[in-house]
Amino acid sequence: MAQEDISVQGPHLGGVEAVRQLFSRLPVHVAVIGIVIVWSIPTIALLVSSFRDPGAVITSGWWNALRDPLDLTLENYNTVLSQRGMARSFANSLIISIPATLLVILIAAFAAYAFAWMEFPARNALFLITVALLVVPLQMTLIPVLRLYTNLTVETELPVLGGRMFGTSSYPGIWLAHAAYGLPFAVYLLRNFFGSLPRDLFESAYLDGASDRLVFFRIVLPLSMPAIAALTIFQFLWVWNDLLIALILLGDPDLAPMTLTITNLVSSFGTAYQLLTAAAFISMALPLVVFFALQRYFVQGILAGAVKG
Amino acid sequence: MASVRLERVTKRFGAASAVDDISLEVPDKEFLVLVGPSGCGKSTLLRMLAGLERVSEGRIYIGDRLVNEVPAKDRDIAMVFQSYALYPHMSVYENLAFGLSLRKMSKSEIRDRVSAVAGILEIADLLDRKPRALSGGQRQRVALGRAIVREPAAFLMDEPLSNLDAKLRVQMRAELIRLHERLKTTFIYVTHDQVEAMTMGNRIAVLNSGVLQQLDTPQNLYRNPANLFVAGFIGSPSMNFFDGEIVQSDGHPACRVDDLVLGVDPAREAALGTHLGAQVVFGIRPEHSSDERPAGSAEQNAVRSKIDVVEHLGNEMLVYFLPVGHSEKLTFIARMSGERQARPGDELDIYFDAARAHVFDRETGRAIA
Repeated sequence: MAQEDISVQGPHLGGVEAVRQLFSRLPVHVAVIGIVIVWSIPTIALLVSSFRDPGAVITSGWWNALRDPLDLTLENYNTVLSQRGMARSFANSLIISIPATLLVILIAAFAAYAFAWMEFPARNALFLITVALLVVPLQMTLIPVLRLYTNLTVETELPVLGGRMFGTSSYPGIWLAHAAYGLPFAVYLLRNFFGSLPRDLFESAYLDGASDRLVFFRIVLPLSMPAIAALTIFQFLWVWNDLLIALILLGDPDLAPMTLTITNLVSSFGTAYQLLTAAAFISMALPLVVFFALQRYFVQGILAGAVKG
Repeated sequence: MASVRLERVTKRFGAASAVDDISLEVPDKEFLVLVGPSGCGKSTLLRMLAGLERVSEGRIYIGDRLVNEVPAKDRDIAMVFQSYALYPHMSVYENLAFGLSLRKMSKSEIRDRVSAVAGILEIADLLDRKPRALSGGQRQRVALGRAIVREPAAFLMDEPLSNLDAKLRVQMRAELIRLHERLKTTFIYVTHDQVEAMTMGNRIAVLNSGVLQQLDTPQNLYRNPANLFVAGFIGSPSMNFFDGEIVQSDGHPACRVDDLVLGVDPAREAALGTHLGAQVVFGIRPEHSSDERPAGSAEQNAVRSKIDVVEHLGNEMLVYFLPVGHSEKLTFIARMSGERQARPGDELDIYFDAARAHVFDRETGRAIA
């Protein structure tokens, strides 16, 4: 924390020097631009196709649409959102993803603080076990979790929760499942970040009269925003893009997230590409927004720990 | 405002003791410096006082209160860390106000106290800045301010100046002394730098390997070191030591080093006399070795020596001597006036001032005379 802000200013470059530098960097620029193009084309194709007429999608390639932009239509989005229950599943995806993300961040942050800074018996052993859970394949747990959920199913009249309080086909059930699957990595990431904060800061705060709770909320959390933001993106994308857990634990189509609904679109309307592309783009849109909004933190968070801040 | 008392305090990490059976009392308003080489236990001692480290054995009192089991936040003590430990996400104002707001002080009272302290430390125009936008010296002041603003019973400082450059360190040293005068509170200051210790402390506790070596005023530490460690640690360059033996010479006890008999102050001869034949270490400071014969000094304290290396410091110079016609044991450093001429290879008679000489028991290291 005692670092000086160092601004590096190169010496003033002459014209020749500038050109030489440009050429020495050219291969890197070309390679980066090339990779960006190759990686973006499928997404652009998806986007363009989702605005095309069903007939055109079948008869010609997506790039033909670029010649005549006025031919594009919003009809596909209209169809998908209104008639295929996509709007409902978009909302379902949010209802599933947001609490599942918040739950992980909250629990992991508390746990990571304890693992990093509080003294208690078997601290390292418990941390090791938590991290070791990273190697357990998710698929191995599906049957036991499903059986457990079937036994623990609790019905409720509350319409918000989709009919069930817990167990299969319930929101709290899938929140908890996602939280459990996300926690080992989240605890690991945050513990390492918290652990790299200077000890003096904590001791200084204790001497200033702060309790562990205050140190956590007023010192650790504000200083850990990069790591927490990165984790939020990871976890949100993971839950948002999840199909497997939703497929297993959510039988009720009214609760189905985007991923599940799109899969059903594929099986029942296998040739309606224009609808699939529109649906896929709707499901991509939110993660893109989240990523661009938090990307500054994302990069910092990934570097966190590598360079002590 | 409070005195601090340690009774037989020990701190063990596993089998090793970092602090070993230390008892000392710091009266109210004293500036006590804990000094010693790295790993001597001085920081551990301070951290135990602060409540950041548990005491293995012994008792710590702040005022009349036994604080062994009192958590750090309830000890009414402030600490300045070597790294400053400013909260990086808070402005200077928030850094200073943090401890006060936790004590449920009113907003206006906090504002008054912060601006008073900012005035004392001349950081009033920095209150809106974040720590990263401050220079090292400014951060140092903010760290001090954060301690002062709480008006604690005692200040603990853990090498607070060691991250500053040399010039700023000298300046801050004087400011800390002034601050102590002004606040009239107990200061306990840890450093490994004996110059800081000598210039700032009312009293100095010299520690080595977790053991308290000597607790005394700066003058007494310099004049009457209790043992070899203190003698070597206080003073720069450190005292010259020669292995020798106590002998009787012309009816007076003296110290024989190799073929040379070195006399001591007549007032100390009696103490030497009780250790005839003992294996000892003869100590003489570089500033008490000179080519001018000290008044009243015995002639035999002269050593024929050749200059090996000269280090010019401007007003003075440090001269490394090799003995001529004596054994290598008598290699030593002398501090001489920078005005005079001295070249490597020159041969001189150097006198060790008997009145300032020290003799230590070689086995126990304790001072004999």
